[in-house]
Amino acid sequence: MCLAIPVKLTSIEGNIGWVEIGGIKRKVSLVLLPDAQVGDYILIHAGFAISKVEEKEAQELFDLLNI
Amino acid sequence: MKYISEFREQRLTERIAKRIVDIAKRIDREVKLMQVCGTHGMAILRYGIVDLLPPNVKIISGPGCPVCVTPDNYIDKAIAYIRQGFLITTFGDMVRVPGSESTLLQEKSKGGKVKVVYSTMEALNLARSLPEERVIFLGIGFETTAPTIAASISMAKEEGINNYMILSGHKLIPPAMRALVEDEEIAIDGFICPGHVSVITGSRVYEFIARDYHVPCVVTGFEPVDILLGISFLLLQIQKNEARVENEYGRVVSSDGNLIAKSIMNKVFIPGPSEWRGMGVIENSGLVIRKEYSAYDVETRYPVEVTSPKVDRGCRCGDVLRGLIEPPDCPLFNDPCNPSHPVGPCMVSVEGTCNIYYRFWSGRVNRKIKISGKTD
Ligand code: SF4
Repeated sequence: MCLAIPVKLTSIEGNIGWVEIGGIKRKVSLVLLPDAQVGDYILIHAGFAISKVEEKEAQELFDLLNI
Repeated sequence: MKYISEFREQRLTERIAKRIVDIAKRIDREVKLMQVCGTHGMAILRYGIVDLLPPNVKIISGPGCPVCVTPDNYIDKAIAYIRQGFLITTFGDMVRVPGSESTLLQEKSKGGKVKVVYSTMEALNLARSLPEERVIFLGIGFETTAPTIAASISMAKEEGINNYMILSGHKLIPPAMRALVEDEEIAIDGFICPGHVSVITGSRVYEFIARDYHVPCVVTGFEPVDILLGISFLLLQIQKNEARVENEYGRVVSSDGNLIAKSIMNKVFIPGPSEWRGMGVIENSGLVIRKEYSAYDVETRYPVEVTSPKVDRGCRCGDVLRGLIEPPDCPLFNDPCNPSHPVGPCMVSVEGTCNIYYRFWSGRVNRKIKISGKTD
């Protein structure tokens, strides 16, 4: 039900965003993530975008690991 | 895909696994870490993370599967509504879960109206396009799902859609974690907190567990590096006798969570007591629809009474959900209970621990049986 894999938001029309999962275009509601932008990587749960994936945080974790 | 390969890198996982072994050596007892999310449970078995852990570190599974913790009585109510002619919409996992005498799928084969949907938006669309039907959505899920259901109720109200209702069976994870940590029979040393629940709640919601029970918590993602790192954080805290909430999954989980999702959830729902399979009624662990939205609460609008007789199918799902046994310890595991013929809900849902073990563990079970056969 919850896609643990981040997907890229390819377009937005109002409250609705479009993503591509395995080559298939899918609609997601942006009601719970209204500030999402085209190009953002997002997590989706039951048809709703619930979070952005913050590149900076991911990078920081890796910097920490590579010390 | 981005943020995947880096988090699966073998050299890195090996390095963290080695660190885990080093820390575990300095803890001279067995530690039990509980994960409370089906997706974590699956990742741990699928990526063979258990094989990388030293013998004194045990990962146990908790109640991280919404369908599994839903008691028979809820399914019986849904079936009562089907028999009264309501149209039931639900996520797919629910249709094969046995109630005390039937399943949604069996009711459908007898002409009951049951439709599997992918999201609440789809259920709401159905209600919009079929004004003559009374459409119920089965509200099952944790904090991750509840806001999506609240959003649909809020939208229905704004649009004046009156034939859309919810049978609310939502559950909240932190109160269940409190009940688990208070259960001495389980004796949990650390929590791997549910990643997607935390996206909504924020990592701060677990602070009471560290503070009041001195049990460390870590929020982690779902890739091998995430999980191993999370385990290493927990072990280090245990070794130093510390207890706090650490967030390894900062790329998607903040300390306060998704404020918009939380506010829409609070607008529509209020916490109330809720019954969990295997754990009984836990205070404030459920979500009740607020009075202002009672027109969308099917139980208020069309109350039903069901008596759910206790049926003993020999299923030990309740013990599996509390981490007391592993699925292969259940005498029914594999034969006769498997995903094609599930005896209990933990085998039905893809997030259920028994189902996960069946898919990712059975090879090992067979091997274990063979090896012990040889030595006998
Ligand atoms: S293996 Fe089947 S019968 Fe046994 S606990 Fe799991 S779901 Fe229940």
